[in-house]
Amino acid sequence: MLDQQVKLESASSPSGTQKPIVLDIQGLNKNFGGLRAVKDFDQTIWKGDLAGLIGPNGAGKTTVFNLITGLYTVTSGKIIFKDTDLVGIQPFEITRMGIASTFQNIRLFPNLSVLDNVRIAYHPHAGYNFFDSVLHTQRYQGMEKELTEKAQDFLSVFNLQDRQGETARNLPYGEQRRLEIARALAAEPELLLLDEPAAGMNPREVAGLMELIHFIRERFNLTILLIEHQMRVVMGVCEHITVMDFGEVIARGNPEEIQNNPTVIEAYLGRGAAALSQRLSEKRSNVA
Amino acid sequence: MKLPQRSTMIFFGAYILITVLVQALISFGILNAFWSTLLRLGAVYAIVSLGLNLIYGFNGQFSLGQWGFYAIGAYVAADMTFRWTQQGSASGLVILLLVVLLVGVSFLGVSWVLKRIPGLDPLSAFALYLVGVFAAAFLAIMLGRVLIDPASSILKSMPDALATQIVFFLAVLIAGVFAAEVSYLFGLPILTLGSDYFGIATLGFTIIVKVLLDNSDTMLGFEEMKGARGMIGIPKIGSWLWVAIFLLVVLIVTRNLLQSSHGRAIVSVREDELAAKAMGIDVANQKIITFVIGSLFAGLAGALYAHINGFLHPNTFNFIKSFDPMIIIVFGGLGSVSGTLVVSFIWILVLEGLLRQVLPEGFETWRFVVYPLLLLIMMLLRPKGLMGGTELPYLRQILPPLRKKEAKPEEVAKAGGD
Repeated sequence: MLDQQVKLESASSPSGTQKPIVLDIQGLNKNFGGLRAVKDFDQTIWKGDLAGLIGPNGAGKTTVFNLITGLYTVTSGKIIFKDTDLVGIQPFEITRMGIASTFQNIRLFPNLSVLDNVRIAYHPHAGYNFFDSVLHTQRYQGMEKELTEKAQDFLSVFNLQDRQGETARNLPYGEQRRLEIARALAAEPELLLLDEPAAGMNPREVAGLMELIHFIRERFNLTILLIEHQMRVVMGVCEHITVMDFGEVIARGNPEEIQNNPTVIEAYLGRGAAALSQRLSEKRSNVA
Repeated sequence: MKLPQRSTMIFFGAYILITVLVQALISFGILNAFWSTLLRLGAVYAIVSLGLNLIYGFNGQFSLGQWGFYAIGAYVAADMTFRWTQQGSASGLVILLLVVLLVGVSFLGVSWVLKRIPGLDPLSAFALYLVGVFAAAFLAIMLGRVLIDPASSILKSMPDALATQIVFFLAVLIAGVFAAEVSYLFGLPILTLGSDYFGIATLGFTIIVKVLLDNSDTMLGFEEMKGARGMIGIPKIGSWLWVAIFLLVVLIVTRNLLQSSHGRAIVSVREDELAAKAMGIDVANQKIITFVIGSLFAGLAGALYAHINGFLHPNTFNFIKSFDPMIIIVFGGLGSVSGTLVVSFIWILVLEGLLRQVLPEGFETWRFVVYPLLLLIMMLLRPKGLMGGTELPYLRQILPPLRKKEAKPEEVAKAGGD
């Protein structure tokens, strides 16, 4: 076990430099009754990575996310986050250890204000106990003020400061996405899991989102794992990509490698399209 | 010394003024016993309903069990004061005080142990809690027997009226905590159920309590509770002032809790359980805490009720009545503290007072035709409850002022997106 760790850490990341491993998934399996949703899934994520997980619908991407965040129980395998196996740990504890996630279909706290949405994420670090809450002690007042100001500063980083009193459900779609990402970051994660952040966005919002993803990685010193359907986002943002189909990994590599990988094209578009693209690229090379 | 906020002063000023005014009206005999009892009952209903609003309105758990905890509070408190006033013995008080304390300690101890055993299944954990409770109760009874006589003699050395008030005050507190501890034990296994199933389980709890009370003299062995014949001889010492003080404390606790990080965690569970988990909130813990607080309030209210009415009958605690607080909080608006407070009084004063006076003799049962109609109209006109989203001053959440500066402009522009 220890040997393996050393071996893995000495291996260099795809981007070439020596970086510590943040997340190491080994032989992950998940069965739903007779259906094997995830089969022998392996993935290593180094610190500061911006990794993408793609695949056709039903490939098992979101299942992998839910296994990492603890919402599903693992059938077999290991998910090692900074030397701790996450298998069997409660979802809220996993978040407190430093993995935050956003959801495919936005899940804000719809009837609460924008400010409260962010303040809830600070709850594990609120710094006062239940009796301080009930009695509104001096400690409550100090900590609550500090926490509120922190949340407001956070909102202003995401350009949502003027919206603090607005009910979350009344925000436009793009801002709801941004608030969800802000809320996830307020939980102070090291690893951020984004599940289809660009779903339902128009091209202008997508461009803004891509900038936002780069920005938060720099500013909060994050490692990001991203599921996405829009190739524009995946190819534009991710440094290396894992492709899944029917619960299995079918390809890994950087964006260009993935774009030209016949297995990937076959999985997405069918065998005919794969053959077509093969012929097209041959024709192109002949012309050249 | 910083002055409290204006809204706080208005609220407390108004509360004290109304309390004193009502007390004056009662003292000068302008309000007769009928209306004074109804006002006190209104406050009692407000306390139960505030507890239920925490559980259902703020935490989203549909509970019909509050009436069961109300019954437990009533009978437990009544037993203590009955023994003191009728039998001149502090046995009920001393033993229950010790039971409540030691069981509380055993809960802390067991949860401390459980934290160190990861991956224990809920039923085994529950069994451990049960063992802890029985051990604590046994120890409490053994210890209590020794302490009864000294405690009784201390109380007897005081003036009679004072001793009775002290016994009453302690009895109400102990009854509340007792109900809360029962709810903790009961909530542990069933709060893992989804909301609807949880509702049915709590309904079952209310029915169990009622059946136990029907047979309290035979099955439970408390002669003085007299089973289905009804318990008589409880001192009627639940004065308006006591009720008003307890209501104020409950209001302050509810308000303070809701305006804190813990309150936000409680509400987040109602809003989206999955998202709450993903934000690092221990959902199961929030549910049990809310359930225990709500049941504490129900127990306090029951204890006060017993000393307002002076007579307890198991039929009062029939599960049909458990819908009363549910209707009150829907009427007042789920998640509205002010609405619950106002509607509790309206409910009692209109249903038990006004309609009884207005409807001709022999038509009293028509009240139960009138109020569902009112409820129907209300739901059509104001689906968000009587008060809607508005809260009285002090109970209202105040938005902190906007913060200028901080975040550098270029960052904002960069993160701006659209």
